This record gives sequence, structure tokens and C-alpha cells, in this order.
Amino acid sequence: MKKSKFLINGMRKHSLPWLMLAPFLILIVIFFFLPIILIAVNAFTDMDSALQWTFNGIDNFKKMLLDPNMPEILKNTFIYVFFTLAINVLFGLVLGLLTSYFIQKESVGLLFRTIWMLPRISPPVVYVLLWLWFFDPSPYGILNSLRALVDLPPGEWLSSNPKTAIVLANGMIGASFGMIIFSSAIKSIPENLFQAAKVDGASQWSIIQDIIIPAIRWPLMFVTMWQLLSLLTSYEYILLLTGGGPMVESEVLSLYSYHKAFESFEYGYGSAVSLVLVVIALGFSAIIWKVFGMKKMMGTSRVE
Amino acid sequence: MKIELKNICKTFNKQSNTINNLDMTINDGEFVALVGPSGCGKSTTMLMIAGIYKPTSGNLYFDGQLVNDLEPKDRNIGMVFQSYALYPHMTVLDNIAFPLKQQKVPKEERYERAKNAADMVHLGHLLDRKPSQLSGGQQQRVALARAIVKKPKVLLLDEPMSNLDARLKIEMREEISRIQKELGITAIMVTHDQEEAMTTADRVAIMKEGELIQYSSPMELYNRPKNYFVAQFIGNPPMNFLKSQLAVKDGKCQFYINDTTVDLNNHLPKIKSHNSIKDIYAGIRPYDLKLGQKGDITLDGVVSLVEPTGHSKMVNVKVGDDRIRFFADPLQKIERGSKITLTASISSIHLFDCESGENLTAETIGEGQDNKLVINS
Ligand SMILES: Nc1ncnc2c1ncn2[C@@H]1O[C@H](COP(=O)(O)OP(=O)(O)OP(=O)(O)O)[C@@H](O)[C@H]1O
Ligand SMILES: [Mg+2]
Repeated sequence: MKKSKFLINGMRKHSLPWLMLAPFLILIVIFFFLPIILIAVNAFTDMDSALQWTFNGIDNFKKMLLDPNMPEILKNTFIYVFFTLAINVLFGLVLGLLTSYFIQKESVGLLFRTIWMLPRISPPVVYVLLWLWFFDPSPYGILNSLRALVDLPPGEWLSSNPKTAIVLANGMIGASFGMIIFSSAIKSIPENLFQAAKVDGASQWSIIQDIIIPAIRWPLMFVTMWQLLSLLTSYEYILLLTGGGPMVESEVLSLYSYHKAFESFEYGYGSAVSLVLVVIALGFSAIIWKVFGMKKMMGTSRVE
Repeated sequence: MKIELKNICKTFNKQSNTINNLDMTINDGEFVALVGPSGCGKSTTMLMIAGIYKPTSGNLYFDGQLVNDLEPKDRNIGMVFQSYALYPHMTVLDNIAFPLKQQKVPKEERYERAKNAADMVHLGHLLDRKPSQLSGGQQQRVALARAIVKKPKVLLLDEPMSNLDARLKIEMREEISRIQKELGITAIMVTHDQEEAMTTADRVAIMKEGELIQYSSPMELYNRPKNYFVAQFIGNPPMNFLKSQLAVKDGKCQFYINDTTVDLNNHLPKIKSHNSIKDIYAGIRPYDLKLGQKGDITLDGVVSLVEPTGHSKMVNVKVGDDRIRFFADPLQKIERGSKITLTASISSIHLFDCESGENLTAETIGEGQDNKLVINS
């Protein structure tokens, strides 16, 4: 009796916040949780183009273990994510430093940043077209024309170095994200810290290492984590650039799941691959959360 | 290190000069205090000496060498920034050791010296804290320790003790003076505390709107202020000013205070015209006013406020339309509203031109004091 009264009181007390949150919560459930649940369920069926749910236990996962393409795809995924992430973060950092620390003139820095942002705001198809043109195997491709200038023979880059191509294309476009975050973080470092460091005898390198990097360590971690997760799960540039080929040489896990589901219509198997991806992503998030103390980062805003 | 500023100008925007034709020499091992109203360009001057700002025009010399284009890191300077500028992610110890790290001092020696510097500013117990966990005064002392730890040739202190309590201030002041003298460091200190400037500095530079107004020893600044601005700026409480008139007639000079006519007996070299009447301010320092009638001139007034300061009483008196202050013995009974008579000797009076602010008495009184001024009332 007493307890139920207490509950009702509590509900009444918090009814307004719940009411306000409701639309948002419903959206989250529909667009974030439902897909994951659907994938999770689907992964245990052998749904195909007939769109019929027939549960088949862990057959999909057994199949995955035996899939001859799997080792190469996992290796590709690792290589692709690792190197692209490195380019994303390091190149983003270099660009951020260049446009907001070394170029002191705000207008010039802004111009540079805007130029680097262009690929972001242009449709992926256009961006990839540029890269296709760059790597074009004909003598008129940009890279081959450049090589012709120094008398080198043209090459078929997309088929001979597909992984390099996808890493470069994704690395370049991803760097602009880090650049924006880093340069605003660098801009927020009080000017007098740089002045003090200079008076204290610090070289440029030491200023970067001892003043800038520690000041932007939270943005650094955030960008690393964000990019890691998005690289694990996104595939549109690879799809457009190499389509995962030749054979499976540039195929990564997320693209494989797409191919399985939407090209061979093995919805069940594709979902199983996706589920593995979700688990991997969750695993990485947990590790990063632990290692870098994301709790501290999300907990209090650190204005230092 | 001898520092010379030659015709230095600094402009931030095209409209006006923040620093205007600054000419100044700081001798090797000298301690100079830089004072002036807020926004007059003190910090800007310091940052130019440090090499953070480049002068728009003019030259800066260290020991006779032109250093306009020398990087700050190569100038061997220690500096306390007005805003401290501590490195937020480093501990107190690392902050203090940072300049030594840049000099590639081995780790052990580096921390040893940093600890000594920290002890000197009484922060030995807070070495592991981050700056955000310190009080304002503690942060300021970290900045101080960081500035002196590498034993620089030049020490630039931009209001280094503005946030300390009175006792700590005196202690730090003595500590800075000791180190400065011991190591023969050339030091420049910006301060809003006149006592600090007068007691620590060999010379005091007064700036106003980017220009150097007077640059001389503390005593000279106090006794012979160049103009009205310096006179009202230096001294605490400030000099009293009475509006008055100066008459020059047939080579004779007189001025009037209250009902007293003071005869200056021909000695006023700074006045050019020979028949004129000028509006002037007659300035008397609060410490030069006494109760009674025995001095050269007397002033009648009504007490408007009595403020005990401990060792004496500061009394506000209304004389005519002017308000003046003086110090009375704490045991003396002075009540608000009562009439009193004050007196001062003629030698303690400074006359300033109302228009130009120029000190009209400076040279006369400075040379031989009393004998040149004869009272005749
Ligand atoms: N970086 C800057 N850009 C533009 N104007 C500046 C800059 N630094 C200083 N100024 C201007 O130059 C003038 C002098 O500034 P400065 O900081 O030297 O004053 P200050 O004498 O140190 O004053 P305070 O006693 O308040 O510290 C001020 O009017 C200020 O607005
Ligand atoms: Mg200042």
C-alpha cells in the first residue's frame, strides 16, 4: 500500500521530465535500438530474397568461421582502419597546427581550413570521382600524367594497390574532421601560455609537445575514438572507389556485410557479419572508455 | 645586462601609438620600477623587451647589441606575466622546472633547483598540485619561482605581487631584491603599489599614455616631481592641491593661498613673461602639514573626516573649496566639524602651472631649498 503510493508520488514528481523526454526517447528506440535488435534477430535466421524468417541457430556464425574470404577481410579491415585512423588523426593534427598555430593570420587559416573542408561538403560521389581520375589507369590519369613528366610508365593503381588507394582517399577526407576539432581546441589555448613558453626558452617543437598536445588531449581522444568507430562501420567510399576489389583485396567487414545482404541477398548472413561488427565496435569503445578514462572526459567539462 | 630603448614606438591599430617614442636606459644590475595608470602601456613595454612584441619602430639594445629580431627564447629572460600564464596541465614543480628543462639541465639537478625556488616562495608543500588547485596568490608565487629559477640575465616582473597579502608582499619583495642584487640581475618591475616601487627600485619610471614622463630615483620623484601628473600620482595619500594664482610683476613673484600672500622673491626661472597672472596649483604633501601656526604659511579649515590608520590619524580638512589631507598624532583630539589651523614651510610647497602641468618651482627649490624663498605676509 505504502509502497505503491510512494511510487505514484514519485511518478507524479518526475512526470514532466519524462513527458519532455518522451519524443526523444521514442526516436532513440526506433532509430538506434530497433535496428540493432533487428540485426541481432536476423543474424540467427537464413533470410534471403524471399524475406522469410527461418531460425537456423548459429549456422551463420559457423559459416563465417569457415568462410574462405574471412581471414583476408579481417586483415583488410585491420589495415584499413589502422592506417586510415593514423592519417586521420595525425594529418588532422598537422593541419590543425598549421592553420591555427603556425598561420597566425585568422583569415588565411580560415581559408585553408575551408579548402580542406570542401571534400566534406561535396557529395561522396564527386569526391570519389576525383580519386578515380587521380588513379585512372589510362595515361590521362593525374598520377600517370605526373609520372609521365619524369618518364615513368603508367600503372594500374586501383588494381595493383587498392588498399593504399582506399586508405589515402578516406584518410584525406577524414583529416578535415580532426583539423576542425583540433584547430578550435588550439585556438582556445590562452595566448599568454605561448608567450610564457617562448620566454622560458621553449623551441617550436617543445611548445607543440609540452603546451599544445597536453592542452588538446581530450579532443585528441575524442577524434580518435569517433573516427575509429566510424571507420569500422562505414564503407561508402570503398564501395565507390574499388567496390572491395579486385577480388576481395580491399573488402572490409562492413562492406562485406553490405555485399552479402544487398548483392547476394543473404540477409541473414549479412546481418550476422554486421552483428560481429557491432560487437567489435562495442569492444573497442569499452577498451577506449577504460584506457582513456572517457568517464572523466564526459563527466565534467574541463576548461583548463 | 644593460637595456636601452631608443625611440621605441608600438602601434596595435593604425589610429594611435600605444607606445610613443620611448627612450629609456636601464643599467646593468639596476632595478627599475615601471608605474603608471592602467592602460598606459607598461605591459606592452615589458613584452617588447621580452621579445614577444616587435617594436613598430625604434631600436632595442642589450649590452649595446641590437636585439630587435632576437627570439624571446634566446634572450635569457625570466618573466612574471600579469596573468601568471602557468601551464595548466603541469604540476607546480614541473611548471617551475620548465625553463630549466628547456636549457637541458639534467633531471635531478632540474628538480633540485626547482624545489629550492619553490621553497623560496614558500610553496615547498604544494609541489604536486596543479595550478587550478591553487589560490591566486599561490599561483602568482609559482610564476615568480618560474621566472627566477633559471637565474636569468633580465628579470621582467609584471605586477608580480599584486595578489599577495601585506606580510607576504614584504617578504617576497625582500627576496626578489636579495636575488637581484646577489646575481646582478637587471630587473624591471611593473607595480601599482607605490611603496613597493619606492622601496625596491633604484629608479622609477612613470609612464602616461605610452610616454615616459619622469624617470629618476624614488627620492627625486617624491621631492621634485616634474609636473602635476607625477605629483598627484606619486605619494600615498596623494599630494594636496590648492587652487591659487601666481602673479609676476616687475620681476617679482607672488602667489596667494587662502588669505596668505607668499612672496617668492624674484626666483622663478621657469616663467618667461614678466607681467602676468597665472592660474596654478599649490601642492603640499600630507606629511608636510602640521597643526598650529608656527610655519611659513597657515591654512584655516574645517575637519570633515578623521580616519585612524594605526600609527597616526589621517584627517580630511576642507579649506575654502579644496579638500586636503594631513596626518595628526593619534593622541591628539580632533573632531569632525571643528575648526583647525594648519601650517607648512614654504620649502615644502610645489607650484604647478594649471594649463601645462609643469612644475614651476622644481629648479628653484631643488637647488638650495629654503634660502631662496622668503616669506612675506
Ligand atoms: N594585443 C593588443 N592588441 C591591441 N591593443 C592592445 C594589445 N595589448 C595592449 N593593447 C592596448 O595598449 C594599451 C596599453 O596596454 P598595456 O597592457 O600595456 O597596459 P598596462 O599599462 O599594462 O595596463 P595595466 O596596468 O592595466 O596592466 C591599452 O590601451 C590596450 O588596450
Ligand atoms: Mg599590464
